[in-house]
Amino acid sequence: MSEVFTKIMARNIFYGGSLFFFLLFLGLTFDTVQSSHKRDHRENITEKVALGKKVWEDNNCIGCHTLLGEGAYFAPELGNVYKRFGNSTAAIMAFIKTRPKEGIPGRRSMPQFNLSDEELEAVAEFLKWTSEIDTNNWPPNIKG
Amino acid sequence: MPYKSQAVAKYYFVAAIALFVGQILFGLVMGLQYVMGDFLFPEIPFNVARMVHTNLLIVWLLFGFMGASYYLVPEEAETELYSPMLALGLFWIFLIAGALTILGYLLVPYATLAEITMNDLLPTMGREFLEQPTITKIGIVIVALGFLFNIGMTVLKGKKTVVSLVLLMGLTGLAVFFLFSFYNPTNLVLDKYFWWWVVHLWVEGVWELILGAILAFVLIKVTGVDREIIEKWLYIIIAMTLITGIIGTGHHYYWIGTPDYWSWWGSIFSALEPIPFFLMVVYAFTMVYKRRREHPNKAATLWALGTAVMAFLGAGVWGFLHTLAPVNYYTHGTQLTAAHGHMAFYGAYVMIVLTMISYAMPIIRGRAAANSERSQLWEMWSFWLMTVSMVFITLFLTAAGVLQTWLQRYTDAPLDFMTTQSKIEIFYWLREGAGAVFLIGLIVYIASFFVGSKDEERTVS
Ligand code: HEC
Ligand code: HEM
Ligand code: HEM
Ligand SMILES: [Fe+2]
Repeated sequence: MSEVFTKIMARNIFYGGSLFFFLLFLGLTFDTVQSSHKRDHRENITEKVALGKKVWEDNNCIGCHTLLGEGAYFAPELGNVYKRFGNSTAAIMAFIKTRPKEGIPGRRSMPQFNLSDEELEAVAEFLKWTSEIDTNNWPPNIKG
Repeated sequence: MPYKSQAVAKYYFVAAIALFVGQILFGLVMGLQYVMGDFLFPEIPFNVARMVHTNLLIVWLLFGFMGASYYLVPEEAETELYSPMLALGLFWIFLIAGALTILGYLLVPYATLAEITMNDLLPTMGREFLEQPTITKIGIVIVALGFLFNIGMTVLKGKKTVVSLVLLMGLTGLAVFFLFSFYNPTNLVLDKYFWWWVVHLWVEGVWELILGAILAFVLIKVTGVDREIIEKWLYIIIAMTLITGIIGTGHHYYWIGTPDYWSWWGSIFSALEPIPFFLMVVYAFTMVYKRRREHPNKAATLWALGTAVMAFLGAGVWGFLHTLAPVNYYTHGTQLTAAHGHMAFYGAYVMIVLTMISYAMPIIRGRAAANSERSQLWEMWSFWLMTVSMVFITLFLTAAGVLQTWLQRYTDAPLDFMTTQSKIEIFYWLREGAGAVFLIGLIVYIASFFVGSKDEERTVS
């Protein structure tokens, strides 16, 4: 690089550019936080849904599954499992409840978490609420 | 070694390498579970192995960054470290806290761990990469603050070079953005939105400053090129990093319930994110080409050039592959993401830490500048074994990802997840094979510290 472009100029681009784009990012963040209630239906976050998120986190479900495409890639996407299971929380609860303790021989297995009925219902409600988030039509089909 | 206190870096480097071994072993466990679903079930379920694998990765990279800083900053500032005692104390605190956390993952069910660490008081657990108990997270913050204080005071009392300033900015950013791991709203959309402020703004933001600073330091040392030139490049690279990378966060906001406009902001800016990685390749090769001295540590130069190339491939090329919203619509959360994650983490952050270790360790261990010919030969073999096997891991996962996208997302009669997985099993076997070669490379790497350590030092003839 020639001397026309000096180190001081490079430094100023770094500080100025970073600051500018960070502020722009803050602005976009502000708008996102303000407006995303239209997509996340936060009015439907009941105590049960909140408890469901806690059950989800306390059992590290994200360590095998993706949720809205983020997480681990070992087991099915769960953001739309409510719809895949025929819009049924009961089916979700039944699936989780019936996992065999010792797994299924030769098949990727999901642990038996011994959740209480209240916890089961809550995590199913949480997955139902999640399936209603407006995700720009993702995933492309019901298989997740 | 110009300053005695730089020696404290050795503890950090040794711990980093030891944890690296653990990371790879658990990677291999998961690789097997991918094809033999009941392997170690229910003793070590997949999610547990995954937490251990990814958390060990992050922790050992942090050890590496800290060790690199303790070596680099005194030399740049031309003064002893502010407090070697503090550095040593924090080392043991971090190591013990880290070990206890990993043991917690392995020994008790995760829900029990959440309970006994009182996660309900301030729930932060159960999110990808941020699985650590809240108390561990608080420990990380305390260690980071003590570390920043130590490094900051050293810079303050000594010479303030661009390299140490950029490093300090990167490390401060690392600590600041980690604070978002304490924010966990019940609204999943906002939770995910700010989760990326830790994950994306780390690896595609402030960590790149750390990467740039360490690379600049090693290039100055091994090439002898004028510092002014290297510093100008460094500023340009990190300017491009933050100009593209901050808004580039939007490439994670397409499908999580955030507004539409992120498809545009995210696609456009993240498509420019490869630029700084490309510049890094041009710069590293130009500096080595224009070198004003022959440094006897050929291995360190190899690692430095390798970092630039592999970071560009893993982050730049593999990142670009799936970053545009219309592509990401189909590939989001598939094996393609895993392919990219592996090569990017390895190319950028594993390799820069190994570059620094390669440059600094011989000097800390009492050599004038470099290891013996034989030791370097082993080290360079390990470079090729690990790097080439990582390329293959990436290629196999890419093949798996493309097929998965096709079978499960794109055809008219899409298959369900589990059926798709069984159809692409062959690539998981191949990945596991490449992973085994990676482990061999790592063993050769460790051996290089012992082989030829009594031989005469390599000199430039
Ligand atoms: C150790 C890995 C693992 C963990 C942890 C895990 N799962 Fe699973 N899960 C699986 C696997 C594997 C399947 C697919 C099982 C099958 O098809 O036989 C699955 C399937 C499911 C399904 C049915 C999906 C479908 O489309 O068929 C639901 C619902 C589910 N899991 C919910 C959960 C919840 C809720 C949690 C947390 C409490 C959880 N899982 C934790 C591995 C796991
Ligand atoms: C022996 C070689 C390795 C094997 C077999 C292996 C295997 C795996 C597996 C199976 C996963 C989980 C994927 C999933 O969620 O379903 C994973 C995740 C991950 N591994 Fe490895 N790994 C290896 C080496 C490495 C190395 C060297 C690095 C660091 C550079 C690394 C970094 C990661 C990261 C960052 C993730 C999270 C990926 C994501 O969420 O996209 N792994 N690994
Ligand atoms: C060294 C730098 C980088 C590292 C270490 C890195 C690592 C990762 C990891 C681990 C993930 C998976 C996160 C998860 O588990 O959900 C990811 C996702 C992603 N990365 Fe990177 N990355 C880097 C740079 C880049 C760049 C430069 C681009 C774009 C050009 C990019 C594009 C993406 C995209 C689009 C995703 C989302 C994938 C999906 O939709 O599933 N990355 N990255
Ligand atoms: Fe990103």
